[in-house]
Amino acid sequence: MAIRVMLPAAFARHTEGTKQVQSEAATLPALVDDLGVKFPELGAHIKDEDGTLRKFINVYVNDEDIRFLGGDTYQFQDRDEVMFIPSIAGGCK
Amino acid sequence: MSSACTPYELYSKESGKSYGNQPLSICDESFTPLEVRYDLEAAKPLFTKKIVEAGPDNMWRYRSLLPIPEGFEPDLPVGFTPLVRAKNLGKRIGSQNLYVKNDAVCFPTLSFKDRVVAVALANARAFGFDVVGCSSTGNLANSVAAQSARLGMKACILVPADLEPAKILNTLIYGARLVRIDGNYDHVNRLCSLIADQYNWGFVNVNLRPYYAEGSKSVGFEIAEQLGWKLPDNVVVPMAGGSLIRKIKKAFDELVYLGLVEKKHVRFFGAQATGCSPIAQAVKNNTETITPQKPSTIARSLAIGNPADGPFASRMIRETGGWAEDVSDIEVVSGIQELAETEGIFTETAGGVTTAVTAKLIAQGRIAAEELTVVCITGNGLKTTDCVADRFTLGRAVRPRLADFEEYINELDGVAASAAEPELALAGGN
Repeated sequence: MAIRVMLPAAFARHTEGTKQVQSEAATLPALVDDLGVKFPELGAHIKDEDGTLRKFINVYVNDEDIRFLGGDTYQFQDRDEVMFIPSIAGGCK
Repeated sequence: MSSACTPYELYSKESGKSYGNQPLSICDESFTPLEVRYDLEAAKPLFTKKIVEAGPDNMWRYRSLLPIPEGFEPDLPVGFTPLVRAKNLGKRIGSQNLYVKNDAVCFPTLSFKDRVVAVALANARAFGFDVVGCSSTGNLANSVAAQSARLGMKACILVPADLEPAKILNTLIYGARLVRIDGNYDHVNRLCSLIADQYNWGFVNVNLRPYYAEGSKSVGFEIAEQLGWKLPDNVVVPMAGGSLIRKIKKAFDELVYLGLVEKKHVRFFGAQATGCSPIAQAVKNNTETITPQKPSTIARSLAIGNPADGPFASRMIRETGGWAEDVSDIEVVSGIQELAETEGIFTETAGGVTTAVTAKLIAQGRIAAEELTVVCITGNGLKTTDCVADRFTLGRAVRPRLADFEEYINELDGVAASAAEPELALAGGN
């Protein structure tokens, strides 16, 4: 099972420009950990002091806010597209 | 009308990092929203009562505390809308000291969004964007379309597909490109974030958002000046993304800092429709955590289920000792009618929400009758006529003769034909 993770420009600074990555994480907390392993710098920036995802980062699974799907307990399905977006995203080119 | 601007820059409260001035809305360290910070000491000689009062009769009289790029000369008379004493509405809902800030008549597109767009487009131009855009629940779309036309910029505007027809027409008429998205506002907004990553466009409420949001401060400056450089006791403000209510507070704080008004404890009250009330729920639950909702309300201009400024708005409301309430769609329509019948102001659904919530807050005893309370009306009823259309019947067409007219009026007044007839006979001179 693998999911596709999309990271818009705001995050790409901490991934050396990578905007898409595969993961085999089963849940959001596992995915946050996995991203921390793949991109340590990103991991350091997207987590709060308590190690959970910062509250200003929204996570979408195939167009749906993950909070409508059960949040941390949602089990990713094979080929889910998971997107991280700061709550007011955007950036300068 | 040229006057100097106060130096300003983007910064992140969370990380403390400064970003200068650029089309950017998110801190890349903390992923929190950026804010505009001014050198308020430098503003002291620039922003005085005398200078403001000598300025034009529009929001640009406050330009030295707005993020306006050097060299930009605004020429649209946006803002400075009436602040009207609302005695009749007050009598109806139990307030002796009620005012309506009437942005239903804001220039040029009849909503408070004209203020934020004016500031955003000034910056879009300075940053060299040829195309501007927005995600919108309608009013913003209208304003971006109109003001970009005036400035000779191209506009691409994204809206939820089910928007009110008047708001769609009021965007298309200016020649803007309108893209209807099969989803709600939150879907549209997310898509715009991705588009802003790919296209070199100035999205007023995405990559230009920190500048855009500052335009809302002009509502607060105006309220204070129109009250004779005084702050009210309470302000009731509709909430969609939760930005306006915060910026009115910011404006009041700046006026206090600069000594233009006396320090006063102003309480802020937020208004939402029950069918989309994530910020009101957070306030009621005493939390800053916003639980997103799937909007279901006729108040589409407030239908943001995942409000970006929600956490800040919730905290700010609680800190001021205010409150947030929500009302049903039936109450929204009653609110629209009540404001129209008492004050002659026809507002859109968002204004119905604010009026009905104000009545509710007074009924709950959260706002006292004698306190000076300002209700912020942010949009015009001509854009959402659908929701009130079925409240009225047209009546039959009357033949153009006096007798027919008299008969019809008696009919409306409930005077029976038999009772009316002798009177008519008398009037006819026997």
